[in-house]
Amino acid sequence: MSILGKLSWSAIPIHEPEAMAASGLMIAGVIAVLLWTTARGYWPYLWREWLTSVDHKRIGVMYCVLALLMLLRGFIDAIMMRAQQAFAAGSSQGYLPPGHFDQIFSAHGTIMIFFMAMPFMIGLMNFAVPLQLGARDVAFPTLNSVSLWLTASGILLTNISLVIGEFAKTGWVAYPPLSELKFSPGVGVDYYLWSLQISGIGTLMTGINFVTTILKLRAPGMRYMRMPVFCWTALATNLLIVAAFPVLTATFAMLLLDRYLGFHFFTVDGQGNMMMYVNLFWVWGHPEVYILVLPAFGVFSEVIATFSGKPLFGYRSMVAATMAICILSFMVWLHHFFTMGASADVNGFFGIMSMIIAVPTGVKLFNWLFTMYGGRVRFTVSILWSLGFMVTFAIGGMTGVLLAVPPADFQLHNSLFLIAHFHNTIIGGVFFGAMAGYNYWFPKAFGFRLEERWGAGAFWCWLVGFYLAFMPLYVLGLMGMTRRMQHYDDLNWQPLLIVAAVGALVIMAGIGCIVVQLVVSIRTRELRRDTTGDPWNGRTLEWSTSSPPPPWNYALLPHVKGIDAFWAMKQQAPGEQAAHVQTAGYAPIEMPKNSATGFVTAFFAVITGFALIWHIWWMAGLGVFGALVTLLVFAWRDQDEIEIPAGELARIDRSYRAEAAT
Amino acid sequence: MSTEAIFGAEGAITVDAIYEGPAPKRIVVAYGFWIFLLSDIVLFSALFATYAVLVHATAGGPDGVQLFSQTRIAIETGCLLASSYTCGLMWMAIGARNPAATYLGAAVTFVLGAAFLALEIREFAGMIAAGATPQRSAFLSAFFTLVGSHGAHVTLGLIWLTVMMAQVATKGFVAAVTRRLACFSLFWHALDIIWVGIFTVVYLMGIRT
Amino acid sequence: MSSIRPHDRAPGEDMVPFQTGGETLSELLVYTTGFVLAIVLTAISFWAANTSLLWPPGVPLGLAVLAIAQMGVHLVFFIHITTGSDNTNNVLALAFGILIVLLVMAGSLWIMTNLDANMMAPSELMNLHMQH
Repeated sequence: MSILGKLSWSAIPIHEPEAMAASGLMIAGVIAVLLWTTARGYWPYLWREWLTSVDHKRIGVMYCVLALLMLLRGFIDAIMMRAQQAFAAGSSQGYLPPGHFDQIFSAHGTIMIFFMAMPFMIGLMNFAVPLQLGARDVAFPTLNSVSLWLTASGILLTNISLVIGEFAKTGWVAYPPLSELKFSPGVGVDYYLWSLQISGIGTLMTGINFVTTILKLRAPGMRYMRMPVFCWTALATNLLIVAAFPVLTATFAMLLLDRYLGFHFFTVDGQGNMMMYVNLFWVWGHPEVYILVLPAFGVFSEVIATFSGKPLFGYRSMVAATMAICILSFMVWLHHFFTMGASADVNGFFGIMSMIIAVPTGVKLFNWLFTMYGGRVRFTVSILWSLGFMVTFAIGGMTGVLLAVPPADFQLHNSLFLIAHFHNTIIGGVFFGAMAGYNYWFPKAFGFRLEERWGAGAFWCWLVGFYLAFMPLYVLGLMGMTRRMQHYDDLNWQPLLIVAAVGALVIMAGIGCIVVQLVVSIRTRELRRDTTGDPWNGRTLEWSTSSPPPPWNYALLPHVKGIDAFWAMKQQAPGEQAAHVQTAGYAPIEMPKNSATGFVTAFFAVITGFALIWHIWWMAGLGVFGALVTLLVFAWRDQDEIEIPAGELARIDRSYRAEAAT
Repeated sequence: MSTEAIFGAEGAITVDAIYEGPAPKRIVVAYGFWIFLLSDIVLFSALFATYAVLVHATAGGPDGVQLFSQTRIAIETGCLLASSYTCGLMWMAIGARNPAATYLGAAVTFVLGAAFLALEIREFAGMIAAGATPQRSAFLSAFFTLVGSHGAHVTLGLIWLTVMMAQVATKGFVAAVTRRLACFSLFWHALDIIWVGIFTVVYLMGIRT
Repeated sequence: MSSIRPHDRAPGEDMVPFQTGGETLSELLVYTTGFVLAIVLTAISFWAANTSLLWPPGVPLGLAVLAIAQMGVHLVFFIHITTGSDNTNNVLALAFGILIVLLVMAGSLWIMTNLDANMMAPSELMNLHMQH
């Protein structure tokens, strides 16, 4: 065994031009950013204010930054696939050999779900939930930082696979026996497994953090039925994370044991049962899609109520529907493998449950519609995304109910119909929700609003592009085209795939608009300054703070007396508003200190992960040891908080209130 | 964010008696750890489910009836249960802020936990020497993983206990240390709860096949 | 006048004296009772697994019941989970966890047994495998 395990120069794909080009581009981009940061002398600021920050608002922003970057990476995979499928008909083999095509669709799914959608939703929850609850931070701020950096570690490892080695060719679900060592002897599946195990720990920690925060750290008077709906959906989401992610961890651990130590959980030999992997994977997998979409539902509840100028219709039914979805999402998972061979009673049970779970979502949809009805709707960018969501997600949901019928699913399983369905719901639901939330909370985070015309342009490009790209896939699925095809012989399919490729180009324009929107917004930010902290005439507590809020969020804790606490405060005459904050006067606050724990832990996690992937055992040992030492250093620090004196709190708070009043 | 600074005293007095505000840190930390423990139990349930599915997949190799020794399991169970009891005694000593009693309770807990581990390692070694390795069959893979994961948790617990005693020695019974000891205590009791599941499902039901 | 309701108890936290209206058991008694109960339940389990006095098909169920009872003993006597109103969050979290555990285990077993019944037996699979 070499000292560097399986690692050798042949790991760099010099014989594969596209891989080299992609790697080169990525490395060039990373180096460019690093050089620019160094040239501008930003490192001390970055380290002090961002990389070691334990402030939920900063962590939330960093999660969203990661998500947007991974959107670009995942989208490049998407457009490569669309291009390949548009060309590779009949006698043409396209430009991507099968092995590469397989890695691309595997990376696309893995990146979009784990490293784009999850971080985006977690980022929005991180930013907004403590503010909405009237809390000063999450329950475990340093742990929050660890979660962020472990997610970043997973992202780094996955992206390293482009340059050194390969990625999995098994699809983003990595079913055995294909993912077992016998049929995937390379490092690709190991990259996949270790990246997700590492980031999975981070996600689990986030789940624990937010459940505790929402249940234990709400402001005085904020009973459960007075919480904003976004906090309810955050609670349901994080309960699902706590319940589902351990199953994924266990399942991946078993596959790793098969691959590394020759165990027989899912192998063909030794009487392993590969169907158990499929079963356990989807026990996690179905709650996962609700983990993705519930925060988006919460965003829409906030956005629609705010921009209709009306309270959310049916608060209690919204809460009930959310918690019902939370529980039901654990009772439908078999619909991901109706065709694996269970008999009619099992398939029937899960089919019926899958149809039932559409009902609470329908309740929510009607509540949003009734919220807008009778209101004066302001067509901001966030509302555009919300309207697009309602139409698009409804279609996606309906195709889901169609797929929930086992006999129908036997025809459509693993066809492009399925691909169209889940992109319909994930893009229409999760991504549109992410964009709505991004536009909605951006001014709170940075003190100025995003530019509206480029925002609207992004929306329209995404909406048109989505329908162009995915409606043909429904038709293709019904025509019999299977998913993940690098090449096909039925020339009748090609026109539809060309339309889909055009749709992908329109979406690319939409992504371009998002980038331009950000650049333009920053350049002309003085035109859209938010001086009051309440740019949208909002209803919930976060809008009662300055934009951006001070690190401690609230110098004086709000005393909540009902739903839409901030709206109620605004209705009162200024003299009575004092009743809505604590009357004890400014008192010193203890804020958690910044900590390098998260960043350093992640550093060792990357080393450990990379070492395990390449079988460099001594390096893995060092990585684990380093992480342990980091933990011990953290455990022994004597001072973990800084006290902010009352005078400073008073000064900052009063100056904000004076400015907001003008 | 000390609640004392906000409310002036532990146990807030407000007009709204139903929800007074953010909880004190020791409750927040213990509750968060409780949620973590529940996630860990879900992880074990996935391993239990896999074990139950694979329990007959012996691939022509040995099964539980041939491999398990009840006497050893009874002693292991006794050790772990007793260590849970002494952990409770240790917690009482911590409540009384009595360092000597705390160290004694910790030491006895450690010794009992280490005895459990030693017996388990001997069991594994014996099985492997006899050819009943985890690579032999799916049943054995599942057995070693389920029982071994529990053993790994016990090992981590013993390391944690040692670190906590070092913290008591260097920092005394400050709030952060007692919060962590509360978490350790929860962890240790939860491990015994999982062991109840293991000795029942794996060993006692396993010898009856 | 407002009622002074103390915060929820943390899991594992000892019973506060005034909370039980003065009927405090000493902590030592609580732990010892739990210990003894657990030993008894364990002994019964070992006996039930080995005896020929019980109807054999019923023994696994009996063992499961004993195990659940002992887990309950641990929860109540060692972790101090009660049904008091200050423990609601702890109990709810536990109930949620138990629900998920039951769904994962029962669901997986139901599904996998069903699949097993429908799929070719491994021995036949091995024979096919051997044939080429």
